[in-house]
Amino acid sequence: MIWLVLSLLLPFITAVACLRKERCGPWVPRLSLIGAVLQLGSAGMLMNHALEHEYVIIHVGAWAAPFGITLVADLFSAMMVLITAVIAVAVALYSMGDIDQRHTQKHYYSLIHLLLMGVNGSFLTGDLFNLYVWFEVMLLSSFVLITLSGTKDQLEGGVKYLLINILSSILFLCGVGLLYGKLGTLNMADVANMLSNHDDALLVNSSAMLLLVAFGIKSALFPFFFWLPASYHTPRVSISAIFAGLLTKVGVYALIRSYTLLFHSQFDVVQDVLLFLAGMTMLTGVFGAASHFDIKKILSFHIVSQIGYIAMGLAIGTPIAIAAAIFYTIHHILVKTNLFLIAGLIERRCGTTDLKKLGGLAKASPALALLFFIPAFSLGGIPPLSGFWAKFGVVKAGLDAQHYWLVGCALFVGVLTLYSMTKIWAEAFWKKAPAAGKEQKAASSDSLPKVMVIPCVGLALITVWLSLNPEPLLELSTKASEQLGNPQGYIKEVLGK
Amino acid sequence: MDSVILRTATRFLYPLLILLSLVVLYRGHNLPGGGFIGGLIAASAVMLRALAVGWDEIKASRILKPIALMQYGLIIACVSSLIGLAVNNVLFQAVWLPTWYLPVIGKLKLGTPIVFDIGVYMVVLGFALLCAKSLDSNNN
Repeated sequence: MIWLVLSLLLPFITAVACLRKERCGPWVPRLSLIGAVLQLGSAGMLMNHALEHEYVIIHVGAWAAPFGITLVADLFSAMMVLITAVIAVAVALYSMGDIDQRHTQKHYYSLIHLLLMGVNGSFLTGDLFNLYVWFEVMLLSSFVLITLSGTKDQLEGGVKYLLINILSSILFLCGVGLLYGKLGTLNMADVANMLSNHDDALLVNSSAMLLLVAFGIKSALFPFFFWLPASYHTPRVSISAIFAGLLTKVGVYALIRSYTLLFHSQFDVVQDVLLFLAGMTMLTGVFGAASHFDIKKILSFHIVSQIGYIAMGLAIGTPIAIAAAIFYTIHHILVKTNLFLIAGLIERRCGTTDLKKLGGLAKASPALALLFFIPAFSLGGIPPLSGFWAKFGVVKAGLDAQHYWLVGCALFVGVLTLYSMTKIWAEAFWKKAPAAGKEQKAASSDSLPKVMVIPCVGLALITVWLSLNPEPLLELSTKASEQLGNPQGYIKEVLGK
Repeated sequence: MDSVILRTATRFLYPLLILLSLVVLYRGHNLPGGGFIGGLIAASAVMLRALAVGWDEIKASRILKPIALMQYGLIIACVSSLIGLAVNNVLFQAVWLPTWYLPVIGKLKLGTPIVFDIGVYMVVLGFALLCAKSLDSNNN
């Protein structure tokens, strides 16, 4: 139980400690790293507890379930908290090389840890309004982070990001307000329980749709995805990486939680919509990726198409499909964060991420090429890399449930994903280096700092391990999905009936 | 801006407003008020003084350092949640001291909720001051 509390407290304490930049000076990046490592430890213990006890539950302030705020860690939440901590360590390490004095002065480290607290809180809360509050914690810090350098393109991206997310928050609040007005409760288990004995179609459909749009915006589903490629490539790479890895997944988590718990009894209301949205999200994302020529922009569009795969798992809704969606989420967080971090290494080395200006990297730096190869082709779904198992799971679930056109769509998108990854590979690594100016040569002569390379190698190793040995994660995802498929168990545990 | 009327009025209003903010802070547990609104009242008092006598005096103050206020406020709020964890093994559970009776105020009930509110008060005060300071036209 203490581990659940620590998952929220540790990032908070780290953030507060990093606030005294004048006093701690050069210690701030180290403090942030220590905080992240401790967080990883506590997340690991939480995972352990969740495996042992199924549900770890805290009633904050000792107010019993439907009245107070409940924090719940089931297997799915614990997995998400654990993967968040892994990303936190990687990004904290990478930041030591990537973040300069100016950004540290602007409270970069505090903001990152507040963001992590918001993410963890969203994964752990069992209360709808509390989920909204954690979203706001996350959004407030991300608004500042996205515009931290204050350049023109960051402000432009930041304004788009701000406006669309405020809209999403308002819709979320409307949905929650409707539910609260009708049911008089905000506790997720209680809402789920009441809705399953409720046949007021108007109430259920309206709030289910409002939440779908709100979470759809957060997770960048079609047709609400446009803000993501417009803003994610602008901030520092460490910030982009943590956004790309975690923020959209919080939206996905909220979607999965809503439709397996809150609206589990009326899943068919949204299923058709979700199936359609999942297909369109995959397609539009990958078309966007295919048409761009900047590594960071391509990667941003890929987030959208990959979210489509996860949504497809949720939309199919069978236990195996949900398990595949969870597996996909974990795989995608690891791979996508790593790809952004590596894009940062490429930028560091060559001074640009524009494919037209890049070239010859395979010859100039074979180690970087290998490092890029693993997550890139894992994302593309080449066997035996982890992306293959993830895609295989989703596609198999689709075939089992006879959603043939969606499966066709997924396979087609897989080919296009591979195409755009090959494009990066061919342009940046294989193509002959363009007639390099003096400036570019100078940039490539200094070697990459170790603190930036280590996290990329670490994440790549985890990906390789998952690829060669997908069994444990698959088993864990299946267990988590079984738990999600049994909302009665959750309701019983939380309400204590 | 330099106005005798404003300066003289502020000399009396400032302590009164700070006192009001503390009263609002204290009654917040069961009545309208609390750390947030108390902090805002305190911040408006400080801003009034800044308008009357200028920011230099505020900046020289040892207490009114925005970032430090926010940091200590966060720490205090955090500690108040941990007291419940330490005493009753439940995060954020209220722990109350025995009720005292004081001559003027009457019943005085102190516990962790008010500690939490004090933290909020400091964070809001620090935040509002930081915003106001950044908007000050003489600030570079």
